Amino acid sequence: MQEIILIKNGELALKGLNRATFESVLVKNIKRRLHDLGRFVITRSQSTITIEPTDEGFDVDEAVDRLGRVFGIAAFVRACKTEKSMDAILKTACDYLAGDLSGIRAFKVESKRSDKTFPLTSPEISREVGGALLTQYPHLRVDVHHPEKTVTVEVREHAAFIHCDQIKGAGGMPVGTGGKAMLLISGGIDSPVAGWMMAKRGIVLDAVHFASPPYTSPQSEQKVHDLLGQVARYSGDIGLYTVPFTEIQEQIRDNCPEALFTLVMRRFMMRIAERIARRESCAALVTGESVGQVASQTMLALGCTDAVATLPVFRPLIGMDKDEIIIRARHIETFDISIRPYEDCCTVFTPRHPRTRPSLSLVAAAEQKLDVEALVSRAAENAKFELIRND
Amino acid sequence: MECYLDNSATTKPCKEAVDAAVLSMTQDFGNPASLHAAGLAAERLLEDARAAIAAPLHAQKSEIVFTPSGTAANNTAVFGAVARYRGGKIVTSAMEHPSVEQCMRALETRGFTVVRLKPDACGRITASQVAEAVDEQTVLVSLMAVNNEVGSVLPFAELGRIVREKHAPALVHVDAVQGFLKLPIRPKACGIDLLSVSAHKVHGLKGAGALYVRRGVRIKPYLLGGGQEYGLCSGTQPMPAIAAFAAAVRAWGAPDMTARYARLRAALSGLDGVALNSPPDALPYILNISLRGVPSQVAVNALSLRGVAVSAGSACSRGHRSTALTAMGLPAERVDAALRLSLSRTTTDEELDRCVAAVREIQNTIGRKR
Repeated sequence: MQEIILIKNGELALKGLNRATFESVLVKNIKRRLHDLGRFVITRSQSTITIEPTDEGFDVDEAVDRLGRVFGIAAFVRACKTEKSMDAILKTACDYLAGDLSGIRAFKVESKRSDKTFPLTSPEISREVGGALLTQYPHLRVDVHHPEKTVTVEVREHAAFIHCDQIKGAGGMPVGTGGKAMLLISGGIDSPVAGWMMAKRGIVLDAVHFASPPYTSPQSEQKVHDLLGQVARYSGDIGLYTVPFTEIQEQIRDNCPEALFTLVMRRFMMRIAERIARRESCAALVTGESVGQVASQTMLALGCTDAVATLPVFRPLIGMDKDEIIIRARHIETFDISIRPYEDCCTVFTPRHPRTRPSLSLVAAAEQKLDVEALVSRAAENAKFELIRND
Repeated sequence: MECYLDNSATTKPCKEAVDAAVLSMTQDFGNPASLHAAGLAAERLLEDARAAIAAPLHAQKSEIVFTPSGTAANNTAVFGAVARYRGGKIVTSAMEHPSVEQCMRALETRGFTVVRLKPDACGRITASQVAEAVDEQTVLVSLMAVNNEVGSVLPFAELGRIVREKHAPALVHVDAVQGFLKLPIRPKACGIDLLSVSAHKVHGLKGAGALYVRRGVRIKPYLLGGGQEYGLCSGTQPMPAIAAFAAAVRAWGAPDMTARYARLRAALSGLDGVALNSPPDALPYILNISLRGVPSQVAVNALSLRGVAVSAGSACSRGHRSTALTAMGLPAERVDAALRLSLSRTTTDEELDRCVAAVREIQNTIGRKR
């Protein structure tokens, strides 16, 4: 019995003249994600991508697990490939589906016949296969309106495929079709989710993290590595820039009014992120902010932060509640890393009573005593680069 | 020069220990339970190690049971001691190591009543506090010899007498992981039934601990298997770690840290913004301090950047608070800024001077401005 994987690429099918480009990016991403599992052949026809292992040891379970994290895949199925004869189809269906059908009672069979020279019509194939399964598994009954599982038989040009229900894919667009953006990542719960959501729309990620030793520890940098490692399982490799931020934070503490510490700091982060983003040809900045979550994320505060950026700033979590964000963080397995108890730069020098309705002129005045340009360019230049690999 | 002042977390294995471990891996690598010559050689090594651990405790070598760690020794002692009871009273302190405290929590769910004695503001617990708590229903008294966070020495030598006077059926367990070799401890003379020690706190390797079980005391094992270690800790003995443990104990000698410790105390108490949390009569190996306005984690990072390794007395603001310091009733800002400096017999005056200089610098730069 040879097991293969059929991939439906969903939203991509709606694209017009660009469809071929999108599909070829998806195929490349799939190949890169599965290459170390053994040899396989990948083919494209209509809106289906077929993965046929050619190695005996190809780990289909692991492949399915990884494909669940490839953006641009709407759904996929594990199927069994068989010869195009009714005898072979019936035998394979009975053998291959044993596990799928053991825990249920009601099922139905659907057939598709793209090879119109096949002697039986689709309804006839369904009837035959259904009958064979009923004989083999007497606990089953057919229910065409409310089946617990649907068995599908596809008779194609060179072979027939038999499979059960499809598995939902990660959805979205293939990473690499949407350009590159710079994610500001702190180590909290939100920013990894924000990065994941942008990657889902086909965006390649770079990331910038601000480290303030000794106020922040090496463990919190490790935490950011680990978080990005989880995101990279979806987005592919991420370039991480770690910016030395101690000097700036100390200068803010010494020269700015306490109520504006965090806001001035956020503005510095934006400036530095933008500086590096432009240098690395990123087309946008991405943050995990959500309106009203903390003092620096009120609408007015976000306005003050945005004022220093010239690139578009994307905030995919802007309208989400914390519990909604946490559900996603658990889903992508970043939550347990995010809650490790290390200080990050955002919790250093936190004002007791931060300003929640700042005006731009007030914040600009607060920065008067600082040599903004020198601080920003020094920090951006001294950023340390590392590649976070998807492995 | 490295300045390692986290010896209560772990110590650097001494040369004697490393050599002994290598020898046990390269030559006498047999299983001490095997009947052939290699097994016999390993068994000899094992029995020799038992004698080495027994010696400073003035114990018989048959009273020493090797365990994989101090934690395993504590678990074996606590669960083993009360296994025959369905309930009863246990007296312990409110600042035990988690390897005792977590056992207590488990026993509470099984119907035991646990009395946790509160330390004073310096981390001390008196013998009369213990005497007041122990009664005829008490089935176990478990107290640490030395508190791991502040270094206060608890009245472990009085426990046997108290239990006898109160006619309690209790066994006496002492967690001596921090006190072993650093304090004179004679379990038999002071009526201690069970006493836990660990190798890697005294320049041995991780992977070995030991439980002293006074002759005649019967406890029930919780690790079942091949019956090694008199049936109390089944599993093939980690011979390299055990051989190293014995070598480290023999190499310990008779260091006197009193003067060095007093100098460190004096130097630090002279600094503005530094508060001492350890009692004046603490074990001269552990000094707990708080820096004004510098959270523990920040101080650890800053010291680490200056090549000085110490422990955070408390995890950062979002982490958990130190058990001992909280039990001592210190104010929150002092608990959150606590550091533990811990010495070893190898600690030098230069290391301590360097540490004091680094603390002064941090207090002046970070502490002042916050």
